[in-house]
Amino acid sequence: MAIRSTEIRPILASLRKHRIPALLIVLEIALACAVLCNAVFMISQRVSDIQLPSAIDQQGLVTVSLRGTDDKLVGSDIPRNLAALRGIAGVQQAAVTTSLPLSHNNWGWSFGVSPDSAVANRKNINVSLYFLGEGGGKALGLHVLQGRFFNADEFAGSKFDTAALPETHVVVMTRTAASRFWPGQSALGKTIYSKPFYYTVVGVVDDVLRPNVYTQNTSKSYDAIYFPMSAAGSKGAFSYYILRGAPKDRDRIMREAEQKLAELNPGAVAKGKIYMDIRNDYFADMRSMAWMLVLVCAVMLAVTAFGIVGLTSFWVGQRRRQIGIRRAVGATRGQILGYFRTENFLLSTAGVLIGMLLAFGINLYLMQHYEMSRMPWYYLPAGAVTLWLLGQLAVLGPALRAASVPPVEATRSV
Amino acid sequence: MFAYYLQLGLRSLRRNPALTALMVIAIGFGVAASMTTYAVFRAVSGDPIPWKSDQLFVPQIDSWGPAQGRQAGDLPDALSYTDAMALMRAHVGHRQTAIYPVGLSLIPPGQTAKPIAAHGYATYTDFFSMFDVPFQYGSSWPVSDDTGRGNAVVITRKLNQRLFGGADSVGKVINLDGSDYRVSGVIRDWNPKPRFFDVANGSGFGGEADFYMPFTRAIDLQIGTGGNNNCTKVAAAGWDGWLHSSCVWIAYWVELPTAAAVTRYRNYLKGYAADQRKSGRFDWTPAVRLSDVPQWLNLQHVVPPETRVSMLISLGFLVVCLVNTIGLLLAKFMRRAPEIGVRRALGASRREIYKQFLLEAAAVGLVGGVLGLLLTGVGMLGVGLVFEADVARLAHMNLSLVMLTVLVAVVATLLAALYPTWRAASVQPAWQLKSN
Repeated sequence: MAIRSTEIRPILASLRKHRIPALLIVLEIALACAVLCNAVFMISQRVSDIQLPSAIDQQGLVTVSLRGTDDKLVGSDIPRNLAALRGIAGVQQAAVTTSLPLSHNNWGWSFGVSPDSAVANRKNINVSLYFLGEGGGKALGLHVLQGRFFNADEFAGSKFDTAALPETHVVVMTRTAASRFWPGQSALGKTIYSKPFYYTVVGVVDDVLRPNVYTQNTSKSYDAIYFPMSAAGSKGAFSYYILRGAPKDRDRIMREAEQKLAELNPGAVAKGKIYMDIRNDYFADMRSMAWMLVLVCAVMLAVTAFGIVGLTSFWVGQRRRQIGIRRAVGATRGQILGYFRTENFLLSTAGVLIGMLLAFGINLYLMQHYEMSRMPWYYLPAGAVTLWLLGQLAVLGPALRAASVPPVEATRSV
Repeated sequence: MFAYYLQLGLRSLRRNPALTALMVIAIGFGVAASMTTYAVFRAVSGDPIPWKSDQLFVPQIDSWGPAQGRQAGDLPDALSYTDAMALMRAHVGHRQTAIYPVGLSLIPPGQTAKPIAAHGYATYTDFFSMFDVPFQYGSSWPVSDDTGRGNAVVITRKLNQRLFGGADSVGKVINLDGSDYRVSGVIRDWNPKPRFFDVANGSGFGGEADFYMPFTRAIDLQIGTGGNNNCTKVAAAGWDGWLHSSCVWIAYWVELPTAAAVTRYRNYLKGYAADQRKSGRFDWTPAVRLSDVPQWLNLQHVVPPETRVSMLISLGFLVVCLVNTIGLLLAKFMRRAPEIGVRRALGASRREIYKQFLLEAAAVGLVGGVLGLLLTGVGMLGVGLVFEADVARLAHMNLSLVMLTVLVAVVATLLAALYPTWRAASVQPAWQLKSN
């Protein structure tokens, strides 16, 4: 759009005459811009939370929880149950675990890197503990980046005695946890302590989420460590049977596994769930909130556009005679069209300038009172451009109608 | 006169349907968006027990001490067994109960039935009178079952329906995890949202519990907590080791009906904390806190911050719609400047013009409100579709929401109409007549 300075002066003069309606358009665009920037920023945060990666075979995992079994018999029950589960067609791996990423079922503990670190030491790092039965690494689909996963002896030798930490001396941790304990160094062979317990890192795996995630500080969401655990020594801590198969088989595997465990364990309650459902449930409210915001934004933009259409139509209606005069003295249709588009451009510019300031202010307020993080700067120009385009689009209809006013209108009275 | 203005208003609205439709749509959408988020907000932040929420209190005791590197005022959100039992024994409040969630498997009567996973709470008998739990049959267990570790159980209507077909089952026996329990009462549907007495476990919006059993009995049978258990030190071995550890896992509630009782309890708590230091259990004087229901829900962040923020955003949207409506009404009213000039010249006072145009605006607001109502209904359906979790069940249309929607629409439109009406009323009749 070519803006000639000769066109701007009459526009400004006319806006000065219609000060209040012009101000209203500016205000509306400013508010819409401010709300839009913040809402889109919130949506993007929710979306990135929902998509947090987790390096396990999420698509192929099936879980079954078994409640009401006798904790004294788990040593023989678990191997028997696992053998039966491995017999289900399509099951590639089966194992037991105490918890799963995003299951809300968190075992937290804190460790330090010096031998005198007790659990209550404030320099310790808080991590989530996962205890896996034999084959658990393969069943989850963990990616070993350095070192190795646990061997059969380590699984068989680990048990709970009287404490919440296991009687073993090996541990595997996620990449993020390793770099938090020993920034810039390899974690392999190093030891974490929680007096009187100590564990040596034998392997590092790709990042897996904790049972609960931190939406404001996503890097903390990966501080997880893995311990081996024997069935006999687990004292009933294994909450989930996990089965891995092809994603297309998972519904059938879940049903059959649930049935099989119920048959083998009369008196206990077996409940199956596809892992993706656990993950989706975790983020369900967040997803709804994001959708709601998307809807609010879309409707708000539509309402703003309609408002611009309405007010500009009113202006066009009021100035039919003047437009007729301009056309009669030689203005082209294009020039009339340009007039209204330029007018809208000026109003939108004022609006988005105020709007960007307002958006920034709202973000500061939300940061202070509602734990929001800082909005990246590019949201502001992006919101501004959106409203510019919206304004130009909205003004097109009334402007075209103005351009089609015939010159003869000049001779008619109102 | 009123009817005449209404007629004039309707005629003017009909004269330019596009502008009218725009206004109605703007108001409708603005109100609908705000009301939908408001309904969700109200659902998650509502007072679950409004008639009593200022009489029910949660005591907290800093049994962990300063070593943890926690911030000041960040007390454990539950009590250890030691503290909960000390508070129970002291019996300083009007009523009190310790609570913890338990998950057991229930064997239904009959040989072939499969066991069911049942969720419940271990409580004291005061629980039911404190929280005004409504009974369908029977009542809560007598105090003797609290002290004597009785095998009583209170079941919910839902479970009663499943096990006994909804009949009066008081005195019948059910089997939980291999032990028999005698039903002492059946409660009606009762599931306060948020579940304020157990917000520490889960979000506080879960499904209804199945049963309630005596706390002392659950401890006797060594039933572990089905909820959170937070420890700062490695607990000693075995069940007793855990009971006497500093692990916190018990929710504790006390009913204090008067301000004097609250003061007395607060003093008691401070005294108790000081005594614990004197007796050598702690080497710090534990901070204590007493919170009523609203304070507790706030402290526990029961309302997700996202909900509050999206409520603010919807309010912002409503303001955008209002500004829009001001503009459109202005356009509409000023277009009729000649008509106003004629009316004024014929003797209508400014007051009359005010009346006429505000009435017209109110009509727009009313129609916008009705549209907003429909859209809010659609929005609620949408909430039902997308919020599969427990929040959706709460956010529903009811009479107060319907009235509020229409009221907000009309009031908002009238506010928006103030400036355009003022402009309309200050039209100079002479000028209008001359230019014509």
